Amino acid sequence: MSYEVIGITVLWTFLYGYLIVASIDFGAGFFNYYASVTGKGHVVQKVINRYLSPVWEVTNVFLIFFYVGLVGFFPSLAYYYGTALLVPGSIAIILIALRGSYYAFHHYGNKGRLGYQLLYGATGLLIPASLSIVLTISEGGYIKLNGTNVSLDYGALFTSFYSWAVVLLAVVSVLYISACFLTFYAHKAGDEGAFRILRKYALFWSTPTILASFLVFWAMSDHNSEHFAKMLNVSWLFVLSFLFFVGAVYFIWKKKRLGLSFIFVMLQFATAFYGYGAAHLPYLLYPHVTIYDSFTNDTMAITLIISFLAGLCLLVPSLYLLMRLFLFDNEYVQGKK
Amino acid sequence: MFVFEYDPVLYSRILTGLTLAVHTIFSTLGVGVPLLIALAEWIGIKRNDEHYHLLARRWARGYIITVAVGVVTGTAIALQLSLLWPNFMQVAGQTISFPLFLETFAFFFEAIFLGIYLYTWDRFKNKMYHLLLLIPAALGATASGFFITTVNSFMNAPLGFTYENGVLSNINPIAAMLNPATPTKVSHVLSSAYLTSAFVLAAIAAFAILRGRDHVYHKKALHLSMVVAFVFAIVTALVGDLSGKYLANYQPEKLAAAEWHFETMEEASLILGGILTEDNEVKYALEIPYALSILAHGTPGAEVIGLEEYPKEDWPPLVVHYMFDLMVAIGMGLAFISFIYIVMKKKKSWNPLNKPLLNLIVAGGPLAMLAIEAGWFFTEEGRQPWIIRGVMRTAEGATTSQHVDIMLYLFAALYVILIVSAVTVLIRTFRANPVEKELKKRGIE
Ligand code: HDD
Ligand code: HEM
Ligand code: HEM
Repeated sequence: MSYEVIGITVLWTFLYGYLIVASIDFGAGFFNYYASVTGKGHVVQKVINRYLSPVWEVTNVFLIFFYVGLVGFFPSLAYYYGTALLVPGSIAIILIALRGSYYAFHHYGNKGRLGYQLLYGATGLLIPASLSIVLTISEGGYIKLNGTNVSLDYGALFTSFYSWAVVLLAVVSVLYISACFLTFYAHKAGDEGAFRILRKYALFWSTPTILASFLVFWAMSDHNSEHFAKMLNVSWLFVLSFLFFVGAVYFIWKKKRLGLSFIFVMLQFATAFYGYGAAHLPYLLYPHVTIYDSFTNDTMAITLIISFLAGLCLLVPSLYLLMRLFLFDNEYVQGKK
Repeated sequence: MFVFEYDPVLYSRILTGLTLAVHTIFSTLGVGVPLLIALAEWIGIKRNDEHYHLLARRWARGYIITVAVGVVTGTAIALQLSLLWPNFMQVAGQTISFPLFLETFAFFFEAIFLGIYLYTWDRFKNKMYHLLLLIPAALGATASGFFITTVNSFMNAPLGFTYENGVLSNINPIAAMLNPATPTKVSHVLSSAYLTSAFVLAAIAAFAILRGRDHVYHKKALHLSMVVAFVFAIVTALVGDLSGKYLANYQPEKLAAAEWHFETMEEASLILGGILTEDNEVKYALEIPYALSILAHGTPGAEVIGLEEYPKEDWPPLVVHYMFDLMVAIGMGLAFISFIYIVMKKKKSWNPLNKPLLNLIVAGGPLAMLAIEAGWFFTEEGRQPWIIRGVMRTAEGATTSQHVDIMLYLFAALYVILIVSAVTVLIRTFRANPVEKELKKRGIE
């Protein structure tokens, strides 16, 4: 494998990690608000306090890691996106900032306030929507190049069918991933009431997720037929993804093997995400930037890869410890610790 | 009215300065406070003293809130660097992304162990295990301070690459990270973070005592944090002196601007305060003979390079003089306050808890933070007009986007909201649950 491919694979993996852990978090915000409005708030709240509060900072670091890695491995790409994304990027930062501080503030004062919960719920949907713009833009057709001057073509972005399809997919899959995880967690906690509600959410959001995925495929065939054709070359990954989806929903439906069901959800997104990503190569930004022409120098690449491997040796055991204490510790999950 | 003509470079500079000025408040506490929490918990275990356990717990409780704001403002500055300085980041990505990358591992480490630490107070039978969890968190925070400061050092003393006609070659990431500015900068930043955190916590304890709350808990909190403050006040001043020597050797124009030192000469004197006339004459200033030569090279007769050796367009803004003076004055003041406290504490017949001293300690908390800000504004303004000294000018690094002004207003509003809510939540939390009440509730009294 070339350094370029190693680099993008590492980054893509962290982006996938962020996709999963952040979706759980974002969706929880929405369900928390929705459940409060319908008078069942305490149910979701418990899960948020027990599982999400200890890990939110870790979730955020996944995003930072992806970003810093991008700057390190593909400095020129950071240049293109940096210039074009000032406004949407800043809006995403502001939303992330409001949401992140929510945890800490909420943890003590203002427990029940609906205003806070609305903020927490709304940012949960707006952040994925605004972050998804980055992937949309990477398909090309939304960035104007004027000599060395890069700018984002808002007219094209906001009137594009493809970009709205991606936003839709981002939002519904967040809700789907989150609901599936929370169903599993509530089941583990032995909280029958929460489990019933969350299972309903999970089943409800499964259909829009799969429909939105098809919609994005269809919109993509129109918007970037080159990328679409390459995706067809790896269509087995998408078929696999669909099978995992069916498996996950089946288990939730049958109220069986919920841990496995969430693993299926993760695989469903992993296969689709890597399929999308692999077909995207070598382009990082159609048609201007590829992984080859934006890549950093070899010395830096080797240094980063070595430090990444060394970092993983620290990171994996620590993450394992975190999960053991907050996710796989039955007594903790059930609120006895 | 004073209206700027829209200039993306100017607005990018203001926005960057604003975000960093906010981030540094919280990240300084983020680096320093874990050390104090760890000390308190350790003493608590050693002496089996519940007061220190509670101290660690309560400090940690406030710490969560400051960390949260530190994390979100840090996320903001990280992404803003690409959004506002895309050309700079393209060069930085090639040369200095190694410590940036390592920093994210430090963040991971800190975030994971802090999460565990904060939610496992009563989960271990052996209390030592809980303290052990804080060590990686504290190391992670210090390491992230270390790595990011090496990036800033690189901007001041770039090394480890060749740059010709816009092409970078001969990259050496390790040399770039361990540049000549790194030793003094890193140690000064870290020691001043410990100093400031200790003083902020001391100020809170002193404030409680001044309010007439005379529980021994507050006195223990005050004593612990004042001792730490004294140690790091000395370290900070010593390393500050070394930083001056670094500047004299590698960035003489910055030191000269800080000292309004126009002509190269031997036996140079240090200038405190004063004003500058139109034709660069210093008035009403306090002059300390030979002191600048000593600061720069350690001997009274040494030659100190003046601004005259640089073309005028390469001069840093001369206002940095006041920031330098402010930082040094506060530094001396903090060392003095903590010294007096320690002396009074040692002499049995003296009362270290007298009102004037307590008032000074209370003032010391915010002043230490002010010194941090002054120090950073000095070093960042003093680097101008370069974003990477001698390699890239600030104006070349900036975005050309047309909307930076609106973003500045949005972020300013965000920071106001964040700071106001953080302060309100902190005050409300500790008011609703004062120490005296918590001691009773936990059955310690
Ligand atoms: C509580 C905070 C604090 C205190 C009391 C001091 N400093 Fe400081 N100083 C900083 C906080 C700081 C800082 C915020 O950490 C800076 C800004 C950037 C940096 O590298 O450290 C800094 C920078 C800085 C620099 C510039 C370094 C550079 O640009 O590379 C010099 C020469 C000094 N300091 C010297 C001193 C001296 C002689 C002090 C005497 C007591 C002193 N500082 C006290
Ligand atoms: C945390 C404390 C810091 C504060 C308060 C601070 C403050 C400032 C200020 C006031 C400016 C504007 C200077 C001007 O243009 O006149 C600035 C610029 C900048 N700083 Fe810092 N800074 C800090 C740390 C850092 C660090 C650690 C880095 C390295 C990654 C950094 C990178 C930059 C960059 C890239 C600019 C823009 C270019 C420039 O104006 O020279 N800063 N900072
Ligand atoms: C010398 C000045 C700085 C110091 C000492 C410092 C230190 C820290 C620390 C200790 C944290 C952890 C949060 C906390 O405990 O409060 C933090 C957060 C953060 N800082 Fe800074 N920082 C500095 C400047 C910068 C700059 C210039 C950047 C931009 C590259 C940056 C990027 C970040 C990011 C991205 C986070 C959030 C990390 C997370 O998600 O956990 N910091 N900083």
